Amino acid sequence: MFKEVLAEDQDCLTLNVGPQHPSTHGVLHLVITLKGETILRVDPHLGYIHRSIEKMCESLSYRQFIYVTSRMDYLSAHINNHGCALCVEKALQIEVPQRAQVIRVLMDELTRIASHVLWWGAMAMDVGAITPFFHAFREREMINEIMEETCGARLTMNYMVPGGVMYDLHPNFQRRVKQFISFFKSKLNEYDELLTDNIIFKQRTQHIGVLRREDAISFGATGPVGRGSGWACDVRKRAPYECYHQLQFEQVVEQAGDCYARYLVRMGEMRQSLSIIEQLIDNIPSGDYQAKTKAVLKLPKGEYYSRVETARGEFGVYIVSDGGTTPYRIKFRSPGFSNLSALDHMSRGHKIGDLVAIMGSLDLVIPDIDR
Amino acid sequence: MISLEFILQSVDRWLRDRLGHEVAVAVEYVLVGLFVILFFAVLGLVLVFMERKVSAWMQVRLGPNRVGPGGTLQTLADTIKLVSKEGLTPAGADRFLFNLAPVLMIVVSMLLLAPIAFARNVQLWDINIGVLYVSAISSVSVLAVLIAGWSSNNKYSLLGAMRSGAQIVSYELSAGLSVLTIVVLSGSLQVSQIIEAQQTGWWLFRGHVPVLVAMIIYLIAVTAETNRAPFDLAEAESELTAGFHTEYSGMRFALFFLAEYANVFVASAIGAILFLGGWMPLHLGNWDAFNRIMDWIPSSIWFFAKTFFFIFVIMWFRWTFPRLRIDQLLELEWKYLLPLGIVNLLVATTIAVAGWYF
Repeated sequence: MFKEVLAEDQDCLTLNVGPQHPSTHGVLHLVITLKGETILRVDPHLGYIHRSIEKMCESLSYRQFIYVTSRMDYLSAHINNHGCALCVEKALQIEVPQRAQVIRVLMDELTRIASHVLWWGAMAMDVGAITPFFHAFREREMINEIMEETCGARLTMNYMVPGGVMYDLHPNFQRRVKQFISFFKSKLNEYDELLTDNIIFKQRTQHIGVLRREDAISFGATGPVGRGSGWACDVRKRAPYECYHQLQFEQVVEQAGDCYARYLVRMGEMRQSLSIIEQLIDNIPSGDYQAKTKAVLKLPKGEYYSRVETARGEFGVYIVSDGGTTPYRIKFRSPGFSNLSALDHMSRGHKIGDLVAIMGSLDLVIPDIDR
Repeated sequence: MISLEFILQSVDRWLRDRLGHEVAVAVEYVLVGLFVILFFAVLGLVLVFMERKVSAWMQVRLGPNRVGPGGTLQTLADTIKLVSKEGLTPAGADRFLFNLAPVLMIVVSMLLLAPIAFARNVQLWDINIGVLYVSAISSVSVLAVLIAGWSSNNKYSLLGAMRSGAQIVSYELSAGLSVLTIVVLSGSLQVSQIIEAQQTGWWLFRGHVPVLVAMIIYLIAVTAETNRAPFDLAEAESELTAGFHTEYSGMRFALFFLAEYANVFVASAIGAILFLGGWMPLHLGNWDAFNRIMDWIPSSIWFFAKTFFFIFVIMWFRWTFPRLRIDQLLELEWKYLLPLGIVNLLVATTIAVAGWYF
């Protein structure tokens, strides 16, 4: 499909990785230039599942466009929806009830754990261990069931509405979440035994794909990728939304900037998310789960921006309104795109096996990059 | 008592009575050939099924359980699918070499069966340099991998084949050294004599630490030689899609697949012969009653139990560890296993010369 880039050096080999390849986690197409097994250059080719979501949003009302974003980063669909809802609320100055805020945060953190658990399995699979993938899915299934009960769906939850959430929590919610917490805590230690301290895994990830702090900032690599490079960029801490400022949790930051540091950040974040859920699960305030809003929302003329921390990094929503019922222009700042842009920088000089480990540690979701 | 040896002798006598010496021998050659092919087919089915069940057990899932009782016919169904599939040859491939590679691979695996003693006095060819023969023949399989990678006209295949070449040639050394440890202790290269030497106890128990170290090195080295995870760099699913056999489909792919499992079987069988006494039953000092009960168990069961123990360990590796990178793989061999193997061999030689083993 793509013409092979003839390398200046005739000894070089150009290799198409993807769009159908087991470790690109979707339809990502990388054109890599090799010398032996050493990577000289990586060119990502995007657009295989571009669905022009931003353009589609322009023809949807402010209640509807939120749900299209579930199809972008489908592993943190809930958090994407959250970002969009926040932006609309900000524009209309809607006060979200306390109960709705807590429910939103609970769901966000559950989504984050579900996403990180899946990443853990996929990362292990990328470096060649297949078993963790299945163990990860066992835990993810529990979260999916909780989501299914309350939101009615397992992957694209569509639970957020401007002003709160769509329905109240299911009566079983608290019991099942508590069950999950106690189960998952022991499993996290098992994860550490299986992979974190594994010497082969350490060899495959330590000092591989180093991204220094300055580079992380200039590439705009946020989320665990940025924090693995020592950049404290957690939106939940830097620009708290909902009730995050009242919660006790730490921003996990590692200094090394290699694949293993990014791995440790995500493992730490799962523990932090668990602690957030533990703080909230017994303290869900009573009251409304949704603020009273008009049936048809019209944003005042102007430009609005809000951002949230998804499992992959900073997700920004930028709405330009001309005062009508649909947005004039929407732009999403998706974390995956910026993180992918650092791939070439990180993988130069490494081996093919390392490229796979680096891609795994970036936690790429292709629909999030292509939109 | 019905044993494998008894059955074979009866068949031999029956044939000789009816056909005369020369014709009987000719018929027996044909029978042995058929046996090897049949054994391979059964081995492939059993080992693939075992691998799927073992992996399912380690991965908290059920594994195949729909076709036949307990899913046992699943592998047979898969084989039928593979046989009936079209075997594609990619454009630009070297047709002759492309078709030669899987055949070479499977022939090498079949040749390796020759010196293996399946039970007491049941052996296809008791060559006097048995273990050397195995080492020599098994390294030919690297040729098949290189041919497959080169002739496929695919960059992934080529990369996989080059990795495999470096890997098999390196790990051959360690495997050879750990085999030598036992050869030194037994004083023979002949498989039957190595087993005889373990009449009073398996080398694993009699040979102190050096044999244990040799066994561990042997296990690591053969895992690498048979291209299985964590050393499956030639295939490296997440990096090279399927490595050297990316372009193979249908029966030709099945031959590679079968050869991999056959190699695992042969490697485990040699391991069982060297370290655990092959078909030799477990004997404990002067416990006569215990020893007699152990003798009562047929020797073929002893052999297959030990072999399948090793096969299970190799499968266990595969479903537990992440994959190494090519430079780390070679580093492990040249910097750690090879020096350790040489020192270990010296220690074992000292023990053998001084007669310090039990």
